[in-house]
Amino acid sequence: MKVSIDPISRLEGHGRIDIFLDEKGDVENAYFRVPELRGFEKFCMGRLGEEMPQLTSRICGVCPIAHHFAATKALDACYDVEPPRAARKLRELMYNGSFIYDHTLHFYFLGGPDFIVGPHAPKAERNILGVINKVGLEIGKEVIKHRAYGQRIAEIIGGKSTHPVCGIPGGMSKPINEEERSEIEKMAESAINFARFSLKTFEDIVLKNKEYLDMILSDTYKLTTYNMGLVDENNKVNFYDGKIRVSDPEGKEFLKIEGKDYLGAVEERMEEWTYVKLPYLKGVGWKGWKDGKESGIFRVGPLGRLNASEGMATPLAQEEFKKMYETLGRPVHNTLAFHWARLIELLYASERTLELSRDPEITSQNLRATPGKPGEGIGVVEAARGTLIHHYKLDERGLVERANLIVATTNNAPAICLSVKKAAFGLIKNNNVSDGLLNMIEMAFRAYDPCFGCATHSLPGQMPLEVKIHDSHKRLIRIVKRD
Amino acid sequence: MSDFEPKIVAFFCNWCTYTAADLAGTSRMKYAPNIRVIRVMCSGRVDPQFVLEAFAKGADGVLIGGCHPGDCHYQRGNYKARRRILMLQRVLEEFGIEKERLRLEWISASEGDKVRKVANDMTEQIARLGPLRRGDEHG
Amino acid sequence: MSMAEKLKLAMYWAASCGGCEISIVDLNEKILDVIKVADFVFWPVAMDFKYSDVEAMPDKFIDVCLFNGAIRSSENEHIAHLLRRKSKILIAYGACAYNGGIPGLANITNRQGMFDTVYKTISTNQNTLPKISARVPEGELELPQLYDTVKSLAQVVDVDYYVPGCPPAPKIVEASIDAIASGKLPPKGSVIGPSKALCEECPREKTDKKITAMKRTFEGMPDTKKCLLEQGYLCMGPATREGCGTPCINANMPCTGCSGPADDVTDQGAKMMSALTSVLALEGEENVSEENVLKMIQEFPDPMGVFYKYTMPTSTLKRRVMK
Repeated sequence: MKVSIDPISRLEGHGRIDIFLDEKGDVENAYFRVPELRGFEKFCMGRLGEEMPQLTSRICGVCPIAHHFAATKALDACYDVEPPRAARKLRELMYNGSFIYDHTLHFYFLGGPDFIVGPHAPKAERNILGVINKVGLEIGKEVIKHRAYGQRIAEIIGGKSTHPVCGIPGGMSKPINEEERSEIEKMAESAINFARFSLKTFEDIVLKNKEYLDMILSDTYKLTTYNMGLVDENNKVNFYDGKIRVSDPEGKEFLKIEGKDYLGAVEERMEEWTYVKLPYLKGVGWKGWKDGKESGIFRVGPLGRLNASEGMATPLAQEEFKKMYETLGRPVHNTLAFHWARLIELLYASERTLELSRDPEITSQNLRATPGKPGEGIGVVEAARGTLIHHYKLDERGLVERANLIVATTNNAPAICLSVKKAAFGLIKNNNVSDGLLNMIEMAFRAYDPCFGCATHSLPGQMPLEVKIHDSHKRLIRIVKRD
Repeated sequence: MSDFEPKIVAFFCNWCTYTAADLAGTSRMKYAPNIRVIRVMCSGRVDPQFVLEAFAKGADGVLIGGCHPGDCHYQRGNYKARRRILMLQRVLEEFGIEKERLRLEWISASEGDKVRKVANDMTEQIARLGPLRRGDEHG
Repeated sequence: MSMAEKLKLAMYWAASCGGCEISIVDLNEKILDVIKVADFVFWPVAMDFKYSDVEAMPDKFIDVCLFNGAIRSSENEHIAHLLRRKSKILIAYGACAYNGGIPGLANITNRQGMFDTVYKTISTNQNTLPKISARVPEGELELPQLYDTVKSLAQVVDVDYYVPGCPPAPKIVEASIDAIASGKLPPKGSVIGPSKALCEECPREKTDKKITAMKRTFEGMPDTKKCLLEQGYLCMGPATREGCGTPCINANMPCTGCSGPADDVTDQGAKMMSALTSVLALEGEENVSEENVLKMIQEFPDPMGVFYKYTMPTSTLKRRVMK
């Protein structure tokens, strides 16, 4: 007999979970499936390259800024143009501002309600309104206010918060003035306090609750995998730029590569029962639906990033980073700890936003560099949900010949399937499929904060790729091929 | 295919082309009856929406007739028509419709014979292209 | 207000990006006022109600359903019909449900066209493809059928109102919520928003249109006070409905047309083509040769993507004819 959770809720995108039960009422197997697909990589062909930041942001209206800047960075590479330093800082400021909104949204609106009102609470209460009822209107308003701050920062810099317009090859479309800068600075200061409060809330409501702590540490919600994220030159987490670092299940560095070499490190495969593709590490291989050091399945997003890095680049976040690893050991394989890692990142994003808002160059008007001739390029960022890669080939008129997008949640898709499977096996016995238990299975994917709009932008398709790397004297020093 | 009779909607400007068509008529010139004429005051009046709607509603071809550049009764209408129709032809090709199905001709009031020639020529050309395939649910 | 009197609201996403959902969350504190007079009975992004809960509702149980996203699969269409039955008022919310939206650009291809990309993939098990009905050891699993053609909501069910924008701008969202909460809705079939073109609302200086050549958005440095179209940047403002507050133009980027056409226009792309070609190379147009006019038009890159970015499924021709 088959039990379906349809649709899954409190995430971005569409999905369903199908659980097969045997005669005893125990789980035979559980499948996490994605039923949607829109075809961006196909219909972006023939479009103006400079439209890609606005076109691809429609892959996801929850994380449009991630796509917007992955696209903008890819265009920088296609046009072989380095944006002015001030433009780079302005982009990173907006980028971190968007994390304030996105991570707040997830903890309080999407994944957090399971902890704050409880996983077995009545269906009608397991949402932001239930959260506000539980924590009170004062705190509820602070939640709403700070989520809005993140949106406001993006709106100031980018024109709109959802589907901004400011990214162009070589820079940004407009500067911010002192009044706007000051507004951002004040919002960032408040956001830091709010992030600290959220971490305290997590400690009080979740870590000090034995039932929840047991859930976090349980085997039902544990997956031992490789981890991936962008790091700066000190191996600290950076959302906007850096090198891709992968650590193995024991925490040792497995690889560290330039974003444009990602394609040599990851392969993907398909299953008949889902539209999303399933990436894994080439160097380890696909060993079936299992975790562990021998399996190429890896994780991205907050826990993936923190595991793959050696710390946070800002002081308060770094303290919290140390605290998490002191509590749970290193690396952390407990899926529900994604929620904790996410709040640590919320604090880092707030601190980084404050830092950048105080940078003397941030109101500079020098925001555009002249693009060169159009060609091929790759842009990599860390979306809230994980590593995001945009790869375009533009023709001589700057129109998109081909596009390949490797999206955050796609990277997590195999891990999500496995987590849901494990949770089903661990929780459903003897035909007991209460609403609360089914919700606990959903908690297994919610921790990842998946974005299936992102993950199913397109059917599987990669393009033959040849990247020519030139040094500053324009001498060809390397050709990286994938066909 | 041999008994396919193209349906061609023609927008003729009042001052030049429509007058020429009248002349063709009074001169008893015979030409293909496939042209359905709609009189407009100027070729610049032809909104691309008219053309698209004609195609969507069953036309296999659309012909637009206006004054020669420099002779427009309203001075500049036909210049706009020229740019407009060229752009529309590009877009039609993107929609998978052959650009030959949309034709712009400059025909002055005295050129009754040109109306005959263009009508016959276009009917023949569209007959060769075949009926317009409109994109249905499945493409 | 007693429970029995509270409005029952639903919000659903078909082939959507979730941005419309966020536009409602962006009501921020106002959402607390909304929930004083209304309850959400179905809203997958934020609430745990499932399809089975909707199926169990009596017909017309939902007072107002905000449906966003285009219709791209059998599941999207099925839920559109389901929600139409269960709702008194069904609103096509946002560019995708109203006009087809950016996913509508897929109407330049079809399912086979998208699948052909698959056969060129380097996934390691190239012959395995998603199936509408897949056999697994434990039983059968079904996936929705992807359609060849993307449709707007009104192309599959009867729609009461339309809310424009990608996503709908805060002013438009507020106007919509106020109309719903107060019960003062416009005539059925209306688009909620003002009726003129964006130029009406745009704060920039408009003088003579003397465009000699078009510029790409990253070329040069747009003057922040003058009309962008006059400077040669392609702004869809003349063919786009006003009401959004011109946020893109205020960010020094041209309008891309996300609110769809103004009243009484069926084909936004056609209108922009008409407007642009009326004013492009106006100066000395009497002296330009046929050849040079042709060249100028041929050099215009990507008319399809620019003119029909949000409205292909609801344009007059709706989709490309595949060979």
